[in-house]
Amino acid sequence: MSTAVSTGVMARVPERHAVSARRRARERTMQVLLSAAAFGAATLLVIILGYVIVRGAPALNVAFFTERPLPFGVEGGGVGPAVIGTVILSVLAGVLAIPIGIASAIFVTEFRSGRLAPAVRFAAELIAGLPSIVVGVFVWAFLVRGIIGTYAAVAGAIALAIIMVPIVARTVEEVLRLVPQSLREAGLALGAPHWRVVLSIVVPTARTGIATAVVLAVARAAGETAPLLLTALGNLFFSTDLLKPISALPIQIYQYAASPYDDWHTKAWGSSLVLVGVIALLSLTLRLAIRRGAR
Amino acid sequence: MIRTVERQPGARPVIEPVPTGDVAKRESAVRIEDLSAWYGATQAVGDVSLELPRGAVTAIIGPSGCGKSTLLRCLNRMHETTPGARVAGQVFLDSLDIYWTGVDAVEVRSMVGMVFQKPNPFPMMSIYDNVAAGPRLRGWKMDRKKMDELVERNLRRAALWDEVKDRMGRSGAALSGGQQQRLCIARALATDPAVLLMDEPASALDPIATYKIEELVRELSSEVTIVIVTHNMQQASRVSQRTAFMLAGDDGVGRLVEYGRTDDIFTNPREPRTEAYITGRFG
Repeated sequence: MSTAVSTGVMARVPERHAVSARRRARERTMQVLLSAAAFGAATLLVIILGYVIVRGAPALNVAFFTERPLPFGVEGGGVGPAVIGTVILSVLAGVLAIPIGIASAIFVTEFRSGRLAPAVRFAAELIAGLPSIVVGVFVWAFLVRGIIGTYAAVAGAIALAIIMVPIVARTVEEVLRLVPQSLREAGLALGAPHWRVVLSIVVPTARTGIATAVVLAVARAAGETAPLLLTALGNLFFSTDLLKPISALPIQIYQYAASPYDDWHTKAWGSSLVLVGVIALLSLTLRLAIRRGAR
Repeated sequence: MIRTVERQPGARPVIEPVPTGDVAKRESAVRIEDLSAWYGATQAVGDVSLELPRGAVTAIIGPSGCGKSTLLRCLNRMHETTPGARVAGQVFLDSLDIYWTGVDAVEVRSMVGMVFQKPNPFPMMSIYDNVAAGPRLRGWKMDRKKMDELVERNLRRAALWDEVKDRMGRSGAALSGGQQQRLCIARALATDPAVLLMDEPASALDPIATYKIEELVRELSSEVTIVIVTHNMQQASRVSQRTAFMLAGDDGVGRLVEYGRTDDIFTNPREPRTEAYITGRFG
């Protein structure tokens, strides 16, 4: 009996050996493929960033940040108004969009018993799918041509906010779903009302994820060009008036890049580099603020 | 009033009714009448009636899927937080019918503490804040000194104070599993519940941590009525004075098979199905 069993095992050894060798080979192939993909993605990022730095760096000096754009042929000039405009537009759009986005995500995930929640989620998905130029046309028709009567910073901020709301809502929704149900139960079992559990337990638990969502949305909005062309228009002068046209880095890049002058092309690269920097800075500040606020 | 009395050193405590003139106090702490519970169209608990004595530990035992956790969750109206869940019948805490239309579920939960199967301290809160969470979530107004006292008192009740008193600011998630569960017990006790529900509180813990939890259950039973769900029969016999045995029928509905003094259930069960379960023939 025992001999029979051991012969059986022995007889299967070469075959099992072959199987496990094949399995190891497959494992190695997958590993190589996956690391190649990861490496490819990282390389692409490095190439893009590196190229922007190489082409943009020559344009950078103090005046580039502090001065306004000058006509072609005049030495110097900078993108000061565009930097300030991008910061103003992003912050204003964020102030408008982030609370609405977070609130609707909370509504959809935490108060889903109603019939309204799926409708809200569907609406968010639809808006997220809208091309940004369509949002721009809409705001142009309603605010620029209608209520305000002129191109204005506030119209640009509202257009960016409309683009941000669904991004914030969808990402925050995913993050809130990751909060373990057991924590909600613990809160409810302590005799806390539902809304208290959401605000004091669910949201703080998800705070780093929410921070990421907000940063993503702000970064996305800060880089938008099309809706701003139809709403904020751009401005060659410094302006902080919300009811007047305002400049923004993507608009400035667009205008410089579309020109026939080499100097302006260099300035377009410089502006691109500044835009990347501004977005990185905005993200960092937001992250720090949210991390500190949670303590 | 019912009190646990040690008969002799090392012996398991037994229930002895203590004569008292106060009629209200002699009543059961929890009275369940014809309770049924559903998840959507699926019935999980059918027509359970039970009277749980005050100041004692009642164990609910039974195999997986017998509805014992669902029954427990009906006692503080947590069952209905599951979408589609429904309850029929009555549950009285003292004389309050918690399923009466005028009663708010949040109010009910504030009278009953609950400890879950998996330790679930709030990960973003410190040890201190976890214990203070109940009073704070309910909006109790307390100054810092009062809160410090409350936190210390309840960590002592949960036998955790000595282990954590020097690191109150650390995250509750940094503790070991057993410590986390005792932290959850301290959190549940902090709002002074009359009844403490425990849903397999030691099933995710190692034997030493389990022993500590059982020790704690025995100690706490003098001050709070405890209902503990467990599928560990030794645990039920070690910590409880009363045992309810539940079993799902062929229809999948969990029903009460037998209820009585733990001694009787484990040594002299009336029902053959109880005997089969406690002797390990199924489940």
